Amino acid sequence: MEKKALANSFVEEIGGSPGGEEIRLCIQCGTCTASCPNADRMEHTPSQIIAMVRADMREEVLKSNAMWYCLSCYMCTARCPRGVQITELMHALEGIAVREHLSHGRTLTPTMYRSFNDFVYSIGTLPEVGFMAWYYMLSNPLKAIKVMPVAIDLIKHGRLRIKARRLTPEGTKQVKAILDKAESLGGAI
Amino acid sequence: MKYYSYFPGCSSSEGGARAYGDSTLAVAKALDVEFKELDDWNCCGSTPYNSFDELASLSLSGRNLALAEKRGFDLVTPCSSCYVMLNRTNTYLSKYPKAKAKIDEALAAGGLKYNGTIKVRHILDVFVRDIGYEAVKAKVKKNLGGLKVAAYYGCQIVRPKNDFDHTENPTSMDRLVESLGGEAVPFPMKSRCCGASLIISEQDVAVDLLKKIFDSAAGNGAQCMITVCPLCQTNLDAYQSQVNKKYHTSFNLPVLFFTQLMGVALGVDQKELGLKAGIVPAEPVLAKYL
Repeated sequence: MEKKALANSFVEEIGGSPGGEEIRLCIQCGTCTASCPNADRMEHTPSQIIAMVRADMREEVLKSNAMWYCLSCYMCTARCPRGVQITELMHALEGIAVREHLSHGRTLTPTMYRSFNDFVYSIGTLPEVGFMAWYYMLSNPLKAIKVMPVAIDLIKHGRLRIKARRLTPEGTKQVKAILDKAESLGGAI
Repeated sequence: MKYYSYFPGCSSSEGGARAYGDSTLAVAKALDVEFKELDDWNCCGSTPYNSFDELASLSLSGRNLALAEKRGFDLVTPCSSCYVMLNRTNTYLSKYPKAKAKIDEALAAGGLKYNGTIKVRHILDVFVRDIGYEAVKAKVKKNLGGLKVAAYYGCQIVRPKNDFDHTENPTSMDRLVESLGGEAVPFPMKSRCCGASLIISEQDVAVDLLKKIFDSAAGNGAQCMITVCPLCQTNLDAYQSQVNKKYHTSFNLPVLFFTQLMGVALGVDQKELGLKAGIVPAEPVLAKYL
């Protein structure tokens, strides 16, 4: 939020953080888009997102589903001839969209991420069963039916345990103190 | 004896990929390596935390690095996501002073300080470089001759960057398979994405990606696949039935953690390898080596 107030344009806002610093160097060659396994699912491809950021289309970018289809496979980043860290850019955009409550409604990925984070915040570790159950509660419990066969396979092979690993009480408190401080500092870097 | 601090990550410790953690420790023992688990470690935050709150995500990893610094050895992990997150934190701390100031402040709120001295490594890197192919080969008790393996690396062990293998056409695990006596089949999709956590929120998208990987592995004659990541293994193994359902295919490829296959070749007691955790059964393919 602080950055938004100081920046004159979206490219300035983004350009100040890791992932955004090289976007001025982008030559729109399209290598990132050609390398992205999910470009065809995105309302705007990765190279379009960069062009749109530079064209100051802040709202269109942040409300799009593009970054929520990023798989963090880093193929774009590994191949970019100009050193643009596109994956990091996607994460930075996700962070802004979340802070401004612009989470995209047509994909459940933000809800899935939130379910994951709620557990990590509360206990410092990720119990997979709790995470999945919480996700289906927050999204659509009926969707759980579709994954039942997979869940049953996992249970049969002893791979879905209810009991979660816990940190020591001191460790749990320490993780919370660190996360609370990080949040009070604004989330962005 | 070589010494490391060990960061199992949530999945390989008491989660769905426990067999990965167990087989990792068993193989390390067989190779005379000490992986000592980091005390009271926390989740690396993975992609979800990073997508919502980058600073919190870096601080989560910062805590683990600060804890590891008290002991001082390289921090090794079997999980590709933990590997990326912990490494990313190191990179940001050294490259971005503004981020460092904030991470330091967050860690200080927990009474911790990290000086940036811990190197983070994947266990594959440790096995192929610190131990080495020849040393592994010398300890093989059951040669995997005749076994055709598709070595699947996935994304985050090699990208955005790493210092031990190619970012798109890695070969270290292929060579490891060969030093166990097996045959690593050509596998063009070896470092393409498995769909990662979108398997949960966008199953159709992820299943499409899995299909291409199976086509590539099976089309090249692989009898089984091996992976270096808990999530890749889960997607490839537990959702193989969903791929078959959607595409009317009949893939039947066991998907092992690479440490399980190493364990078989090194003659590690089967009970320590968790082979029964695989949903597509591996026994038919591995029977003659067990």
